[in-house]
Amino acid sequence: MNWPHKKRKNGAAGSNGHIIEMRGITKVYDTGKIKVQALRGIDLTVKRGEFVAVVGPSGSGKSTLLNLLGCLDTPTGGEYRLSGEAVAGLDRDHLADIRNRRVGFVFQNFNLLPQLTALENVEMPLLFGGVAKRERRRRALEQLEAVGLADRVEHKPTELSGGQMQRVAIARALAMEPDLLLADEPTGNLDTSSGSDILAVLNELSSQGRTLMVVTHDPALAKRAGRTVEICDGEIVEDKANGG
Amino acid sequence: MRFLDWRVVGHLFLRASSLQRKRAILTVAAIAWGTVAIVMLLSFGEGLKIQLMKGRHGMGENIAVWWPDETSKVWQGLPEGRPIRPRMDDIDYLRGRMTAASGVLGELTSWSSSLTYGTKTITGRVTGANWEYGEMRHHFAQEGGRFFNINDEREKRRVIFLGDELAKDIFGEVDPVGKTMFVNRVPYLVIGVLQPKLQMGTYKGPDESGSVIPITTFAAQFGRQRLTNIVFQAKTAEDMPLAREQFNQALAAKYRFDPTDEQVTGLWDTVEGARVMGNIMIGLQIFLGIIGALTLLIGGIGVANIMYAVVKEKTREIGVQMALGARGSWVTGPFVLQGLAYTLLGGALGLVIAMVMILLLGLVPVDGNAALEFLGKPTLSWQIALATAAVLGSIGILAGYFPARRAAAVDPAETLRYE
Repeated sequence: MNWPHKKRKNGAAGSNGHIIEMRGITKVYDTGKIKVQALRGIDLTVKRGEFVAVVGPSGSGKSTLLNLLGCLDTPTGGEYRLSGEAVAGLDRDHLADIRNRRVGFVFQNFNLLPQLTALENVEMPLLFGGVAKRERRRRALEQLEAVGLADRVEHKPTELSGGQMQRVAIARALAMEPDLLLADEPTGNLDTSSGSDILAVLNELSSQGRTLMVVTHDPALAKRAGRTVEICDGEIVEDKANGG
Repeated sequence: MRFLDWRVVGHLFLRASSLQRKRAILTVAAIAWGTVAIVMLLSFGEGLKIQLMKGRHGMGENIAVWWPDETSKVWQGLPEGRPIRPRMDDIDYLRGRMTAASGVLGELTSWSSSLTYGTKTITGRVTGANWEYGEMRHHFAQEGGRFFNINDEREKRRVIFLGDELAKDIFGEVDPVGKTMFVNRVPYLVIGVLQPKLQMGTYKGPDESGSVIPITTFAAQFGRQRLTNIVFQAKTAEDMPLAREQFNQALAAKYRFDPTDEQVTGLWDTVEGARVMGNIMIGLQIFLGIIGALTLLIGGIGVANIMYAVVKEKTREIGVQMALGARGSWVTGPFVLQGLAYTLLGGALGLVIAMVMILLLGLVPVDGNAALEFLGKPTLSWQIALATAAVLGSIGILAGYFPARRAAAVDPAETLRYE
């Protein structure tokens, strides 16, 4: 795989080189009748270029953490700085802009837009980022080429295999050159061989110095990560570097 | 909507409409029907208005008609209850003092004179009037005839102008012009027959069933001087109040009554009548418009309903777009556009149908059918088109706006949760 190498935006990270800085993050879901404490004080720091696996049982708060990290949701309490920028109190449009420029999402069920071609799907974030049409096309093609789908650009998602769809999703997540790539069970819906394809892609991205956070149940994937964070009942119970 | 790409929006829109095709067609049909209703109702109202205006002009433009009456107020030591009965020669007096009037004339009327041609005699109405009556009161002659002129009046000629219905009654199929007939056994030359006209208001019976002779001739034959009516015409509609004031002052000065005595000065002011009629017509059109708009609103609710379904169906896609960095307005834009597109499509369709219907109704012959003639023909004006477009546009925007607001409220974190 041959990724387009861009000059990384070093100035974008916090002065200490941290992409993620979380202090005492809590999240409470208030459904009116009952309050659910999903996160109970998360302290987490991720440096540029780290590959972090987030593991833990179902309902432990992994996905909630990922949503907060990606600014899809806002914490109930605590302080969160993404690339040095405090996220608390920003309005919806501002959060949308941050998601667009700083974060790339990869989902378990791909979440491609079914009526658009692979190319149009990858162009989507560029469209929202205000990239001009010609440039949009060029960058989308570049990303699709990098994931090995140069011959599938005009295919609709329904005409692609699961592994191909996930690769389109990765190309889409990277189109805006985000600081952070967030993946929620990226191999969860794939067969073993497609899954290992995706693992290879993630490895490749990590070796290029991109910052990755992956929520996973897959031990093979967790092993590839340089660091494993285990969450249980809304708290980090273990945070260790993987040897080797 | 900084970066809204209309191609992508268009793509999404086309895709959505194909998903909901059956519903979309029904909804467009509902909007079209609503548009037909509003346009047809307003057009019928417009046709009726035009017809009423035409009918008003049948009497003449900016006309006022006065009848003699008794005073109801004590004035300068004179008691109430005195009859005020101006005479023929007061017309010249009034003409000299009513600068705001373009014409003043008197009428002497006999309600039942015997009118004879050959062996046929009927009882009919004969009016003696000044020669200006022809222009002022819209007594235009059919081809081959004329109204009487200043010389006829000056020389008291025995010439008669017949209403078209009256002419038919006396002469049947014979052309009356040039024939001699008898009014109370005195011979008259028929010089003209009234062109058929639409007349909405009358003060002594429709013009078509009466006859007119020079006022001087009338006075000589019937031996009467006291006027049955005074008719005057204001220079413009705006001059009417001043003309009325001058009329009251002049008459009051001569006959010594209170110029504010409404029992004497009361008259029929067709300008004011037209204003009242105009207001009634505006009210009628607003009423018809509201009925049409309500019909259209039901179609709009249909559009909104479809849009709600589309939003629900696309909740996950909306969530994905938001995760990729779409702002709320970029997500809602296509929905508003879509609602508007359905509505305008239905509106355009409805407008075409209504125009075809109006065109076809215009071909229906109405001559001889009094009801249809009175109703007039539905007429589409640019005001109606504009009003319809405005109603359609607002309904379309609302039909897209409310569902779009729901789309904007989608919580991406919630929708993207993997089940």
